Amino acid sequence: MSDKHIDEVSGVVTTGHEWDGIRELDNPMPRWWLWTFYATIAWALAYTIAYPAWPLISSATSGVLAWSSRGELRTELSAAEATRAEYAARVAELPVEEILADDTLRQFATSAGAAAFRVNCVQCHGSGAAGSPGYPNLNDDEWLWGGTAEDIRATIAHGVRFSGDDETRYSEMTAFADILDREEVATVAAYVKSLSEGGDPAGTGADIYADNCASCHGETGKGEPSLGAPDLTDAIWLYGSDVGEIAAQIRTPKHGVMPAWQARLGETTVKELAVYVHSLGGGQ
Amino acid sequence: MTTTSIEVERHDAEAVNSAKIRQPLYAARKKIFPKRASGQFRRFKWLVMIVTLGIYYLTPWLRFDRGPHAPDQAVLVDLANRRFYFFFIEIWPQEFFIVAGLLVMAGLGLFLLTSTVGRAWCGYTCPQTVWVDLFLVIERAVEGDRNARMKLDAAPWGARKIALRTVKHAIWIAIAVATGGAWIFYFADAPTLLSDLVTGEAAPVAYMTVALLTATTYTFGGLMREQVCTYMCPWPRIQAAMLDENSLTVTYNDWRGEPRTRGAKKALAAGKVAGDCVDCNACVVVCPMGIDIRDGQQLECITCALCIDACDAVMDKLGRARGLISYATLADYNTNMAIATGGGAHAIDPSLVHKPGGGLADGIVPFHLSRIFQPRVFIYFAGWALIGVALVYALMVRDRLEVNVLHDRNPQFVVLSDGSIRNGYTVKLLNKIPEPREVTVSIDGLPGGAMSVVGIDRAEGAAVDVALDPDRLKTLKIYVRQPRELVDGRVQTFRFLVEDAENGENAAYTANFDAPE
Repeated sequence: MSDKHIDEVSGVVTTGHEWDGIRELDNPMPRWWLWTFYATIAWALAYTIAYPAWPLISSATSGVLAWSSRGELRTELSAAEATRAEYAARVAELPVEEILADDTLRQFATSAGAAAFRVNCVQCHGSGAAGSPGYPNLNDDEWLWGGTAEDIRATIAHGVRFSGDDETRYSEMTAFADILDREEVATVAAYVKSLSEGGDPAGTGADIYADNCASCHGETGKGEPSLGAPDLTDAIWLYGSDVGEIAAQIRTPKHGVMPAWQARLGETTVKELAVYVHSLGGGQ
Repeated sequence: MTTTSIEVERHDAEAVNSAKIRQPLYAARKKIFPKRASGQFRRFKWLVMIVTLGIYYLTPWLRFDRGPHAPDQAVLVDLANRRFYFFFIEIWPQEFFIVAGLLVMAGLGLFLLTSTVGRAWCGYTCPQTVWVDLFLVIERAVEGDRNARMKLDAAPWGARKIALRTVKHAIWIAIAVATGGAWIFYFADAPTLLSDLVTGEAAPVAYMTVALLTATTYTFGGLMREQVCTYMCPWPRIQAAMLDENSLTVTYNDWRGEPRTRGAKKALAAGKVAGDCVDCNACVVVCPMGIDIRDGQQLECITCALCIDACDAVMDKLGRARGLISYATLADYNTNMAIATGGGAHAIDPSLVHKPGGGLADGIVPFHLSRIFQPRVFIYFAGWALIGVALVYALMVRDRLEVNVLHDRNPQFVVLSDGSIRNGYTVKLLNKIPEPREVTVSIDGLPGGAMSVVGIDRAEGAAVDVALDPDRLKTLKIYVRQPRELVDGRVQTFRFLVEDAENGENAAYTANFDAPE
């Protein structure tokens, strides 16, 4: 055991370790390897001096280079900000229609708008902007308050029925529970439903409709964007397409409220949001 | 007092630091002063060196006209724009499998080479070998050949030694800078980058890369040399598994060389046997690894074959047959050894393999060429060639116009006011040629389907013309709608078609159209 074992072929002493008859030669390491090892230690020490490393009681040494991951992020963000600045400035000064006409600006605004949408709008309209009962689907081609890019911008900027903005979109449908009895409501609901299905417009509900509803929704039921009165002839129903749901909406209408975003997000972001929503496919 | 001997147990033990088993932990590098060799292998190595260095230094300066929309550098790795140019081939990142295939070919090629001609890569074409050779040329030119260099090394530091060493290292560093510099020219337009480098306007990363490669070239080629091969490179270890008894290695044919003697005539006169080896050590002094090939095949040997040249020159001078040191396979070596020793019955008797008048006996050759053509050589070659053919085929049939389609998943579909169903798609058009072109995008196979493209054509239609920038990807947002009454099932499939009207090149993508239940 203790006697040194010398490998026959190489004449080199082995370490004494043996695996299935294979022994490990105990050749000396090259000297430069040792120096390389020392160099890595020196490098590691220098590194801990240059960069944050040594733990202290409540923090750590900050390093002589004053590097930090937050600082690096700041640098990257400001670099990104700088590349965006040129486009952002043009978005700020041009009206939305002109942004749409410029291919590059439109793409820039769409991306920026998509990012802003995910932070501010998805809570109600959904991450795909598909909405849910009471919250309009922004992908389709029905617009309560108008579907041009400028209409959409104004709606986002000032909100809908939002008490904190003087220019907010405002309308309120009469609660017909006090005016029409249940049977009349059911009749006119059936009539409204038939409008959307291209059914018989001369039904018994037509008279009730003409007396009570046509002033806002139009004689043919096409709606009126300036009043926020929905088109009743199409296939899209904010509060449900069932006759019962339509009747409920006639008796005691629900009114959605959307905040005004201009004061909070600024004009540029609102324009970008408008371009994004317009690009979802239904913009006019 | 009794004198009965007391039994004391003797322990089988030894101090852990006993002088008997103590070894030095570290050994300093022994300086090697390779002598200049000349001969056929040396000439071949000069040729390989000129060709490989020429390829390395000059390739970035070759021009290749690709028209006004692409760089005119023949070989260019354009990292910023994610393009790789090689003469008439242009590779996009998604075609990187071609480069991966080349790497697999390089690996298999190395196996193929090693299983036939041993460590030919190490001995002739490895950058480490080539640059060490180049650095040795400088060293010899400045300090002289082996003896002069050893004398200079042993001499005390004086004006001459300082001057010679300064000149040598200065030239080495100049070569190292040129080497590191040449590397970065593969990654940017070479003439522009050179002027930027000189005027100090190049990117910091360019200078850092040059500095790093200068340092490694100078250190590895000038200072560390054989240490890199012996201690740093994994290949000497791997080659042990690659070689077999039918692989060519540089071999000292001791079946004709032993017993070696410096006074052959005297030994013969005294009735002793004498082999061809005159123990002149010519093979040792030319070895860049500083080893003695007569000790047998060893890890350090890079099979540069310079010892063959050195020995052949000596054999020529003595009027003996060449090939005392030669390329040989272990199998042939064993056959010859068996002849020389009478099948192991006695010590080597060179007269058994020699003709009486000198020269080798009939039928005795260091190796048979047929030996190296083993089945595995053909398997490696077949694998290597198969990948090569597959890559060429892939290059020939690859599309230069492609379309990729991503179906909107949120929402999957939208019901429009007239009841029709709309699906959204992100369509990516890849124009992979460095020319602008006009393509027509249309849909096919969706009854009543109509499409509109955001930002390009607000009017709905069946097809839209799109201008593609040269060598760029264009992303379109396309909406497809279908009247409710024509919707046929929850999921329908249809195709996006893209066609270049000018040359008929086209691409298609099968997409899904989702509708409510």
